[in-house]
Amino acid sequence: MGSVSLIILTIAAIVFSAGGILVSKIFVKGSKNPRKGQPYECGIPTETSPWKQFHVGYYLFALLFLIFDVEIIFLYPWAVVVKKVGMMALVEISIFLFILFMGFLYAHKEGALKWM
Amino acid sequence: MSITVVLFWFLTALALLSAIMVLLSKNPVHSVLWLIVVFFAISGHYILLNAQFLAIVNLIVYAGAIMVLFLFVIMLMNLNAETEPQKNTWLKLAGAISGGSLLLILVSVIRSATDMTGRTAQVGEGNIGLISNLGKALFSEYVVPFEISSVLFLSAMVGAVVIGKKD
Repeated sequence: MGSVSLIILTIAAIVFSAGGILVSKIFVKGSKNPRKGQPYECGIPTETSPWKQFHVGYYLFALLFLIFDVEIIFLYPWAVVVKKVGMMALVEISIFLFILFMGFLYAHKEGALKWM
Repeated sequence: MSITVVLFWFLTALALLSAIMVLLSKNPVHSVLWLIVVFFAISGHYILLNAQFLAIVNLIVYAGAIMVLFLFVIMLMNLNAETEPQKNTWLKLAGAISGGSLLLILVSVIRSATDMTGRTAQVGEGNIGLISNLGKALFSEYVVPFEISSVLFLSAMVGAVVIGKKD
């Protein structure tokens, strides 16, 4: 029953947060004036569309983040079983982390982590 | 009807509806957000199947990291409504026909799989997806593939750096 109660909690959290937004949508008197979206008293008016082409550097950072994210995923089961498996597990994870650390060193040396 | 069955149908409906919304959204960023809802629903299914670790991994990696990559791809492509080329009618027709054929094949395959009819997934049973069993298998039986996966990550990282730094 543990997982069922977890899902009920999730649904309750969604209903709770979405309920607030919906209630405020219903009861608050909104203004549809386009001036409402403009910067008020400070800031310059926007000129062109904000849909600009992004620099590829963002993608590189996201890709590196993804790889280390997956690496962390492997550490969770390791942390659970490390006591049972013993010394072997420590050696295995050391090799794993060492190989990935080499990649990190390479990215650092190439200046991939420097912004632009 | 037990609460598990209710949850199963709720999550199924949520996944299917959000998957349809992924296709119907005009704004590609909205499509990505609907896809995150699909991943959440599928994670709910994983929890119902007693695979909690897989559910969390699905959320962290897919809904978290890979969707960020999707968003960046959309941003990189510079999808303006004005500059976006309009697909012609013949192309849309061809897409509908090929997609419909694929659907037909899938439906016929599922209908011909007679040993699957009348069976439902075993909900809340089995312990293969639990993190301790997974870790035991990963660090005793499947050590070599695990270490090779680190080499895979290394090559992905080097490839990303080489392509990304060229500009």
